[in-house]
Amino acid sequence: MRKMFLLALAIFIMCMLVGPAVAEKPYFFPYVNPYEATVMEVPAVYEAELPEKVPTKVFRVHPFPERKVPDVFWYDQGLECSLVYQKDEAPLIFIIAGTGARYNSPKMIHMQKAFYQAGYHVISISSPTYSSFIINASKSMVPGDLNDDAEDLYRVMKIALDKVKSKVKVTDFYLTGYSLGGIQSAYISLLDETEKQFNFKRVLLINPPANLYNSVSRLDQLLNDNIPGGIKNLNVWYQNLLESFSSLYAEMGYFDLSGDFIYKAYKRHPPREDFLASLVGLSFALSSADMMFTADVMRGGGYITPKNVKMNNSTSLTRYAMVGLRTAFTDYFHEYFYPYFHAKNPDLTEQELIDQLSLNHIEKYLRSSKKIGLLHNQDDIIMAPGEVDYLHGVFGNRAQIYPTGGHCGNMNHPDVVRFMVNFFDGQEG
Amino acid sequence: MTESIQVKMLLLMTVLSILLLSGCSTIPKNTADTQPPLRQFEDVVHTEQGAVEVSDPLEGFNRGVYRFNYYFDKFIFLPIVGVYTFIMPDYAEDRVSNFIDNIYEFSNFTNNLLQLKFKATGITLARFAINTTVGIAGLWDPATSMNIRRQPEDFGQTLGHYGVGNGPYLVLPVFGPSNLRDTAGLVVDSMAFTYVAKELESDWMEDNDIRLIFSALTAVDKRKRQPFRYHGTGSPFEYDLVRMLYTAQRKILVEN
Repeated sequence: MRKMFLLALAIFIMCMLVGPAVAEKPYFFPYVNPYEATVMEVPAVYEAELPEKVPTKVFRVHPFPERKVPDVFWYDQGLECSLVYQKDEAPLIFIIAGTGARYNSPKMIHMQKAFYQAGYHVISISSPTYSSFIINASKSMVPGDLNDDAEDLYRVMKIALDKVKSKVKVTDFYLTGYSLGGIQSAYISLLDETEKQFNFKRVLLINPPANLYNSVSRLDQLLNDNIPGGIKNLNVWYQNLLESFSSLYAEMGYFDLSGDFIYKAYKRHPPREDFLASLVGLSFALSSADMMFTADVMRGGGYITPKNVKMNNSTSLTRYAMVGLRTAFTDYFHEYFYPYFHAKNPDLTEQELIDQLSLNHIEKYLRSSKKIGLLHNQDDIIMAPGEVDYLHGVFGNRAQIYPTGGHCGNMNHPDVVRFMVNFFDGQEG
Repeated sequence: MTESIQVKMLLLMTVLSILLLSGCSTIPKNTADTQPPLRQFEDVVHTEQGAVEVSDPLEGFNRGVYRFNYYFDKFIFLPIVGVYTFIMPDYAEDRVSNFIDNIYEFSNFTNNLLQLKFKATGITLARFAINTTVGIAGLWDPATSMNIRRQPEDFGQTLGHYGVGNGPYLVLPVFGPSNLRDTAGLVVDSMAFTYVAKELESDWMEDNDIRLIFSALTAVDKRKRQPFRYHGTGSPFEYDLVRMLYTAQRKILVEN
């Protein structure tokens, strides 16, 4: 009886001690508007604490060493990747960047630090839509096809691992990516089921689109809906923006682009939603202009650059930039991307191709493969109505959906970082 | 007193530009089977002035210098900065930065005064006084901690203030993005600084070795504080974007 009492007391005390640590505070994110969440830097109090510097080695890979790089890309010396390494034996995680982003974009650096802190080696890979990736690592040089992109990424991952093999001791392999890198991770995981080079233990898709065409249409539309008169009036919008910056300078007495300054400015003049939406659209348009130009030049031109011309380091590219900015992603799809695949397979219709570029297309695999998880936000601006719920249904209890955060806006939030790390440690749910 | 290194560099650049200009074409070379693209500029673009367009008649030359700067950075400048940051403790680097900033308050002072910005001129004077005394010869910057902020102005901004336009965009060797007006401003600021230092007969400015060390240290410190890397964005349109943003930034600075 006495023993029972002591045991009960001990359990009670343990609960008291552990209780407060286990009970998590409910998720709170300062930006309720999804455009604010997507664009604005999160104030430091809502950011996970991460190490300032992590041991990093940058290296280059050349999956197609025979390929001749056109003179206009004279500065490109190969596809840069990075390794963040632990001293001792550790699991290794590959992270894939989002549309147009490189291996060391701010979001990638944050993930590198978070996973380093959690005890992983991290190999970071630029997006297959990033210029240098198209130049060096894309087999077809027509980015956007999920199967082809997955094969290209897989090739890069194998070479990258080979390059760092002497530096790190690896136990298991893991994989993640955000945005476009998220949906690509699903396809890489599928490829790995047959290739079996990595045998990923767990794969996390962070804010992936459900259907690529739906998402790029929405991003194209942001620009047209929110810049008065559309992209052809970009300069009017831009000059107004500069004037606002100028008056902000006059008002604040100084000017810079630090997070601190932007946050102060935000407090004084909360930006209008149409402005934030146009920023998202514009940033996407800049990435896709880079992508289209690079792909076009690599394949001999004919789309936005003339066919069979020679460009070098003094060639003016301004006109191509202007055409590129005025070429929506959906234009690229209909005028360049689909014709390329149609030529290879005359029976393929546009709608079939659109349907293929999606998570729906590999739904069976996603439903049955327990190692794949999903991290998403209910208010993600790249998702069509119902798509987040659809993914939630596919992944079931392997999905973590936050109510707010926009498109990848909450990736540095302490709760989200903790979820990511716990997911790979096998403690989620 | 020798001419300042900056002035020499600029003279060299002018000569180079005259030599190189003739050889640079910015139009892609056609071959026998060149064909126009599906999306032609004339069909797609109906804007009088695009946001990315900046007057750049010397573009061929500028792109050449941009490329030169990429290599100069990669093989000379950044390795030197790397050695500097490796040898120096961070704490000492910050003291150097403050010291240099304090000396160049001279340019902020003269240019605020020339633009009749008396409040900013006074603030600059107060900063110099506080940082030189309390901040021990400018090694520390207690003024900023007191919320007495720097009032940066240069002669390019002064010219702009009085209505001088940008002139053509220029990429200067080592210095990077500029335009004709701001290049003239750079020369004038540098000459004024040298002249005053000479008039004050400050001993350390008379000594060529020390002058050289000071100039070199200024250059290394400036590069260290500038995170920009040539072709670090990976965008094939980086030259255009940098040109656009430089022009925008200067416009905002001139207006304020």
